[in-house]
Amino acid sequence: MTASPAAAKQGPMIELKALNKWYGEFHVLKNIDFICERGQKIVVCGPSGSGKSTMIRCINRLEEHQKGTLMVDGIELTNDLKNIEAIRREVGMVFQHFNLFPHLTVLENLTLAPIWVRKVPKKEAEETAMHFLKRVRIPEQANKYPGQLSGGQQQRVAIARSLCMKPKIMLFDEPTSALDPEMVKEVLDTMVELAREGMTMICVTHEMGFAKAVADRVVFMDKGEIVEANEPEAFFGNPQNERTKLFLSQILNH
Amino acid sequence: MANANAAAMDAAGGIGESKLMAWVRANLFSSWANTALTLVVFYVVAKAVFFFGSWGIFNAVWIGTSAECRAAKGVGACWALFPEKWRFILFATYPFDEQWRPALSSAIFIGLYFFSAMRANWNLRLPIAWIAGLGTISVLMWGGVLGLSFVPQERWGGLVLTLILSTFGLALAFPLAILLALGRRSHMPVIKSMCVVYIELIRGVPLISLLFMASVMFPLFLPEGVSIDKLLRAQIAIIMFAGAYLAEVVRGGLQALPKGQYEAADALGLSYWQATMMIVLPQALRLVIPPMVNTFIGLFKDTSLVLIIGLLDILNAAKVAVADPQWRGFGPEAYFGVSLIYFVFCFAMSKYSQRIEVELNRNKHR
Repeated sequence: MTASPAAAKQGPMIELKALNKWYGEFHVLKNIDFICERGQKIVVCGPSGSGKSTMIRCINRLEEHQKGTLMVDGIELTNDLKNIEAIRREVGMVFQHFNLFPHLTVLENLTLAPIWVRKVPKKEAEETAMHFLKRVRIPEQANKYPGQLSGGQQQRVAIARSLCMKPKIMLFDEPTSALDPEMVKEVLDTMVELAREGMTMICVTHEMGFAKAVADRVVFMDKGEIVEANEPEAFFGNPQNERTKLFLSQILNH
Repeated sequence: MANANAAAMDAAGGIGESKLMAWVRANLFSSWANTALTLVVFYVVAKAVFFFGSWGIFNAVWIGTSAECRAAKGVGACWALFPEKWRFILFATYPFDEQWRPALSSAIFIGLYFFSAMRANWNLRLPIAWIAGLGTISVLMWGGVLGLSFVPQERWGGLVLTLILSTFGLALAFPLAILLALGRRSHMPVIKSMCVVYIELIRGVPLISLLFMASVMFPLFLPEGVSIDKLLRAQIAIIMFAGAYLAEVVRGGLQALPKGQYEAADALGLSYWQATMMIVLPQALRLVIPPMVNTFIGLFKDTSLVLIIGLLDILNAAKVAVADPQWRGFGPEAYFGVSLIYFVFCFAMSKYSQRIEVELNRNKHR
């Protein structure tokens, strides 16, 4: 599913150079340099308010950056609506609170964007939708409304909804933080599967087990800066920065 | 104490009557203050029922002349007004022999309401039915074709005028309101400020003054020789007014929608209008059904303000009916009759909105 012809393009999938963002006076992102290669899986972690969600939300323009450049698959993200739309077609996003459309059935949630944005015929869109519902293991819920599903099922529907757009990159914004503990695993399993298939992924999460299992790199952010970035083994085994050490001790020892 | 008694009686499995007594004691006579209040309320209600029974039913003149009514004045109601005046109240100054035409038109309107209320018809059939229905109504009301005599708009009146003003008022104010509400939340400063100015300006003046302007001032701005008929001008004023009010109701719905819904639509690459039509409005409008119907009901009754520019809707027809020297002084009866008609329409709207709210929000419940 991820092997689209454009995968032959050269250069990194996502590249942030000296990215800066302010909320009024508050400097949320300070000179962020960040690269995500094709097929790479990157986990972003850090204390709340560190700017990690803001950073990935900049990638598909849910937040606007004020300085620096942001390239996605060779397209520069500017105020040009055309570029924004082109990038949003390539980038899927999964939210903390699922954000499914409650007035549409699961199947309608999955087919809406392919039909209207990608102009896929309805029948084909439904077939694709059923394919991905099977992959997240809930095809039997296709005709229910999101409100009738459990949190874990809703999040898996949300993942399937993004996949139906056949994105090249998937962004995960704390996908398990709003779930009851017993449902975290089913969502993580789906994400691991997706990672194994070669999807380019950026995940903001505190699930360190997931980071160890699939991440190529782990990025630690604090106070709007990238403090440390390394391969998971080195990152967990031998953190360099004091702030990283403190954060890891807090999150791993509780 | 009383509650304890009630509980004891329940526990003992008291028969129906003693349960009722226990309930009465516990709820109506549980203390001296409650007993006093119960007696006062009981007295007032009994007095009102007794008065209405004797005035409105037992001493009322049901059939008869105005002289008989006058003899009973102050003692009994004069329902004999209606056999005499119902045609004028319902059809006003429409030519007497042609009054089957507005009668049929009103029936078509009501038929269209019922047709539209059924969700099974919410498809292509709906616009077709409305176009056919409104076409028939125009032919019936104006005439001039198919052997029907021509009736100028100045002679239209009564129930059908109320239905015309409120149906077109709501049907056209609604899309206007949606555009205004979206515009008011727009990021484009020119559109936003235009919408804000429009809404605040129109909401800030009484409907009467808008109607007055539409009737008296608007023609002054038209080039000589051009005239738009009075009904149309009143109709436009009502649409503009209702649009401004409804816009704020719709905006409430837009604001109540979680931010995540907009973000999810953006992230999926939906355009502004795609997201608005398929994600935002279907949810936002469902949220505001109760205040929306509130505005609808208010507007339905506000159409009677066209009195100010001399249009005879049903309420004003009733008013004119009792201006007849023979029947002068029987205003309460006439207004009571017309109120019943208003009530039937408003109550139906209210009941229907409750039902549709439950149906449309069914997916929210597990």
